[in-house]
Amino acid sequence: MRSSRMRAAWDRASLGQKIAAFAGLAFLHLPVWVIFLYAFTTEDRTYQFPPPGLTLHWFEVAFARADIWAALRLSLGVASVATALALLLGTLAAFALARSRFRGRELITLLFVLPIALPGIITGIALLSAFRLGGVQPGFWTIVVGHATFCIVIVHNNVIARLRRIPPSWVEASMDLGADGWQTFRYVLLPQIATALLAGGMLAFALSFDEIIVTLFTAGHEKTLPIWFFNELFRPRERPITNVVAVTVVLITLVPILLAYRLTRPNEPEDRH
Amino acid sequence: MAALRSAAAFLHGRRGFYLALLLLPPLLWLGIIYLGSLFALLVQSFYAIDEFTARVIPVLTLATYRQLFSHPANLDIILRTVAMAVAVTAAAAVIAFPVANYMARYATPRMKAFFYVGVMLPMWTSYLVKVYAWRLVLAKQGIASWFVDLLGLTPVIDGALATPVIGGPSLASSYIGMFIVFTYMWLPFMILPLVAALERVPGSLVQASADLGARPGQTFRHVVLPLALPGLAAGSIFTFSLTLGDYIIPSVVGAPGYFIGMMVYQQQGTAGNLPLAAAFSVVPIILIAVYLALARRMGAFDAL
Repeated sequence: MRSSRMRAAWDRASLGQKIAAFAGLAFLHLPVWVIFLYAFTTEDRTYQFPPPGLTLHWFEVAFARADIWAALRLSLGVASVATALALLLGTLAAFALARSRFRGRELITLLFVLPIALPGIITGIALLSAFRLGGVQPGFWTIVVGHATFCIVIVHNNVIARLRRIPPSWVEASMDLGADGWQTFRYVLLPQIATALLAGGMLAFALSFDEIIVTLFTAGHEKTLPIWFFNELFRPRERPITNVVAVTVVLITLVPILLAYRLTRPNEPEDRH
Repeated sequence: MAALRSAAAFLHGRRGFYLALLLLPPLLWLGIIYLGSLFALLVQSFYAIDEFTARVIPVLTLATYRQLFSHPANLDIILRTVAMAVAVTAAAAVIAFPVANYMARYATPRMKAFFYVGVMLPMWTSYLVKVYAWRLVLAKQGIASWFVDLLGLTPVIDGALATPVIGGPSLASSYIGMFIVFTYMWLPFMILPLVAALERVPGSLVQASADLGARPGQTFRHVVLPLALPGLAAGSIFTFSLTLGDYIIPSVVGAPGYFIGMMVYQQQGTAGNLPLAAAFSVVPIILIAVYLALARRMGAFDAL
């Protein structure tokens, strides 16, 4: 559009390229919108499309269900504790690793990507193996341990990226002007990393709230909301209620993620042409 | 001068102390809980269960691995999983490339931001809800069949579903459906590293190629694609490893054949054979390690 007259042929997307790009994006979005549509359908037996009618009735039914509320409370509790642990441990690690050079640093960095580099099922079965060997009864805290392990990585990544963008001269200036370590942290670094902490915390919360792969191994008889949902997938009698819960889960996870994106968004990418 | 040096040395020494203090708690957590668990996993895989009492015997043995590799059915499971992971990786690359290429090289800043959010939103949407949504989409009377019918392509889909290995009674219970869902799930993980790699392709090289008379297709094959290879390799690590480890998608959408992840989940659960589950889960770890070594050669780690 802008300055398109000056662009050479090699610099313009052909119609085919544009269509392929937008088709790819549409493919990513279609199923998410389907969920919203089906939560309002009047048809409760099949997945008929287009829905024969729309209703708010299923929301009312779902909100009256005690088992859903219990699962929701458990998920929120686990996510809160796991996020708090991850914020503490992930931030400590980020401060230690941001600008330091020492022997074995590469190995430690590898350790801090491993929990998200390996598939979740490995984390799950590994934790379960350890719990069995150690005779630990699965429950609330074993779920928290599993979640915190990958949440630490998320917080660490967010905070370390921000710390590396803070010029080291700021810390030096603060120290030169007589501030001690704590004052420098409190008045120079903390304001700079605050949004990264918030964003990392929210991503960690959303990930934990939604986690199923690790949780199925570590939960024992506890039922988080994703586990409740997973069980419903094989018991399709209550489809309309499942649809309502799906919409609720999407909304609960999407809000913190959008906020996190806004908080960490780099400045508008510059025009390269 | 000497005072300065000793002050620096003092700070340097204290710095090491501070670092250790900061690093200790997270290192203990990941070192003990995570690495310890991985070690426990390895130990479990060298245990075996007593055939009669179904209890785990805590004696190191290779029996479980022998059981894993001597049953042809288990080898089938591994092959099936790897084949799916390769197919999904290839499909994700083909779909992701035009999206990433448009984002990195043609889109205006505003359009690019729009695409970024457009890719991130579905990526971060609840995993389980997305799987469920695909079940709705692929169901017998669902959107997919409605849309295919609208286009008049129903015979094509029926033909595909009648194909022996990949077909099935409906899209929601066939390898085709599973393949679609896997590709959908990991697509953003392919797009994002590809965008990063393509952004680093200098426009001047593309221009030079065009000036020297290359057609767009030639420029793509000989200039853009080789330079984007690290991004493709980086993205493929995600698509490959995520497919290898998943057990929800094959059990919710799919054909009766087992996948590695399902085996792990079932063996530790209903079958109560934790050692076999552990041994099964060592397979993807080794496959991923091999894949990482290959990807590293292609420069994947520079594009993450």
